[in-house]
Amino acid sequence: MTKAAPLSAESAGPGADTGRQGFVEFVDVEKSYDGRAFAVTRLNLSVARGEFLTLLGPSGSGKTTTLNMLAGFERPTNGVITLEGRSVDRLPPYERNIGMVFQNYALFPHMSVEENVAFPLSVRKIDKPDIASRVSRALDMVRLKQFGDRRPAQLSGGQQQRVALARALVFEPSLVLMDEPLGALDKKLREHMQLEIKQLHTMLGVTIVYVTHDQSEALTMSDRVAVFNNGGIAQLGSPDDLYNTPQSSFVASFIGENNTLAGKVERVIGKECRIALDGGGAITAQAIGVADGAACHVAIRPERLSLAAGGHAENRLAATVDGRIYLGDHQRLLARLENGQVLTVKVGPEATMANGEPVMVSCALGDCRAFPADAGTGGSKSKTTGE
Amino acid sequence: MSALQPSELDRPPLARGRSAADADFKSASAVLRRADFGDRLRSLALAAPLLVLLALSFGIPIVLLLSRAVYDPTIANALPQTTQALSGWNGQGLPDDAAFAALAADLRGSQAKGTAYELAKSLNARLPGARSQVLKTVRQLEAAGDKPPLDVMKSVPFWSQPGTWPAIANGTHSITSFYLMSALDLRWNNDGGIERVPPEQAIFLQVFMRTFFVAAAVTLATLILGFPLAYLIASVPKGLAAILIVAVLLPFWTSILVRTAAWTVLLQKFGLVNDLLLWLGVAEVRLDLMYSRIGLIIAMTHIQLPFTLLPIYSVMRTIQPSQMKAAYSLGAKPVTAFRRVYLPQVFPGVMAGCLLTFILCLGYYITPALIGGASDQLISNFIANYVNVELNWEMAAALSFILLVLTLALFGIFARILGLDRLKLV
Repeated sequence: MTKAAPLSAESAGPGADTGRQGFVEFVDVEKSYDGRAFAVTRLNLSVARGEFLTLLGPSGSGKTTTLNMLAGFERPTNGVITLEGRSVDRLPPYERNIGMVFQNYALFPHMSVEENVAFPLSVRKIDKPDIASRVSRALDMVRLKQFGDRRPAQLSGGQQQRVALARALVFEPSLVLMDEPLGALDKKLREHMQLEIKQLHTMLGVTIVYVTHDQSEALTMSDRVAVFNNGGIAQLGSPDDLYNTPQSSFVASFIGENNTLAGKVERVIGKECRIALDGGGAITAQAIGVADGAACHVAIRPERLSLAAGGHAENRLAATVDGRIYLGDHQRLLARLENGQVLTVKVGPEATMANGEPVMVSCALGDCRAFPADAGTGGSKSKTTGE
Repeated sequence: MSALQPSELDRPPLARGRSAADADFKSASAVLRRADFGDRLRSLALAAPLLVLLALSFGIPIVLLLSRAVYDPTIANALPQTTQALSGWNGQGLPDDAAFAALAADLRGSQAKGTAYELAKSLNARLPGARSQVLKTVRQLEAAGDKPPLDVMKSVPFWSQPGTWPAIANGTHSITSFYLMSALDLRWNNDGGIERVPPEQAIFLQVFMRTFFVAAAVTLATLILGFPLAYLIASVPKGLAAILIVAVLLPFWTSILVRTAAWTVLLQKFGLVNDLLLWLGVAEVRLDLMYSRIGLIIAMTHIQLPFTLLPIYSVMRTIQPSQMKAAYSLGAKPVTAFRRVYLPQVFPGVMAGCLLTFILCLGYYITPALIGGASDQLISNFIANYVNVELNWEMAAALSFILLVLTLALFGIFARILGLDRLKLV
């Protein structure tokens, strides 16, 4: 990750990775508010031009601090942030030309919708007629043209957020930051706005760095997701990477639903391992950084477990039905293993097992992932937590 | 899909006639209206004790007092015969002897009724020097014995002077514009027109201007001191903000009299402020801070600071930090962001605080009395003087009325410019 990366990327021509080279670069960035604990530690992150990157993590994991450093509201304690190959260390937020959308919209209540959207243009001293046409185009883009002379308070939450989007996009920044922009909206509107933001991203080709704690939002919208935990990136990858091949038990449990079985590694053979489950029983799983004799967690997605008799799955576990949750298009079956641990199994809506009925739960070796048990922080190299 | 079918409840009441449904609707709205009326009655009942108190202790006294500015029956009551005798007088020259005789009779009557002094005082307000002449004439009429009262009247030159009878004639009208005109340094001239009083008698316009000037200066000073402080309190963490607010409010919890007295200690020629200025080398000689305009403004600024600061602070507190962040991220430099995003949002609070302080300053009484010099007395001091010392309630009422009108006009202008709903007084 050299500073010359963006230049070489431009001259390299079309290649597999060229588009993903350092439009924004975080190099060993650290942030501490009190000089002792770090809110962000040893952060290395590269955002490609035109990418939709989501910073996902629980509250206090450092994702908002990271965004604020990029926006210029916070200065890194250590390390360098570059934007288009230029260090932005000494650049105040108003010279960075980065659009930002806030969770509470941060619309200016004393200005009309039009004046709000015109604000970034008027502070750039753009000609009046030019401003008018760009504002009307931006409002058209978010389908709010007829609301131009309203005050923000007269709009619904979704409309206000669309105004905030128009305002952040109207001055054509190459980078737009969004800090939980849909957090205040209800579920249905949120899903609708996710699509709208995604469409705008595709249409305008703008680079978006998006912060959320909602994993389904991250999976739906992003090209890549950086999962934050304890001030560092636990895993960075595409949504299906994160879902299907989590590299730590934290990511496995944070993204999507997961069953976790506690056990002890008996033997690691290559990429696989054999595990003795606590309380009895054994299972073979993918070994993700586990060693012989270590305590481990085995993560299995509910939809990867099946009750089908026969088949050729490597792992078969005897269990009894402990409960059934009807969810319309499918059901969740609680299966209690002989060792007392409980698995959630996704079954079809037609399944009719009664409580106490014995079942055989099976799953393929490739769908079971064993992580070291102590590593709640997973792959992150955090020194101290900011919490 | 039973939800898509209209349920029994949704179906129009076809079975029952239309009129039945209408009647239902009407009775329902009547019930609603009755409930609404009951609600209103209840809230009125809750407010009633306060309204009664306000009416008794505030509304009625104010109306009664202010009405004295235009209604003064003292002269008409004391001079009933003169009033009648003058009813046909054209106001030119001297009235006929019958009027003189009537006045003599009235004066003797007033002596008998014990209203002579009141009459003398009231006439004196309109006709400087009349007090001693009235009392002298009353005494002479007493002592005259067989001498005809008319001769006594003629022997006192005052009653034959040109201005005397028009003033008496004016005074016999109970409804009078005299006091209100005087409060504005105006008077009726002998031709029935309005003119300014001679400069040596003019006093109130200057006092009004002084009052407004002091109020404006204090308002400006509190704004200059209060705005940055309010900004500081609004931007520091909650715990520190609470301490600062207490520090601002602490003087607020001390009586104005005590604070004013404290300032007299500080501002004296050999007081702490002068000591400090000398020690710092700011001043080379001891300044006259007591009994001066500047001392008055300093003390009033101190007392008024919380009134200006608190409304500003309460508005500033509601402005989220993300507002300024958004302005920066959109490319506004700090000064631009402050001017275009922050200031317009705190403006209603600034206006409310300034208006509050300005209007309160117009009524200041104790502080100018104790700290101001003779030429720093504000309109309230004059009103108090008329009420307590001169016992001329009519003049006090007239000055109060003018002050009230000016204050209301000012408030009206503010409200018009800003919109009353945007004026965040609370």
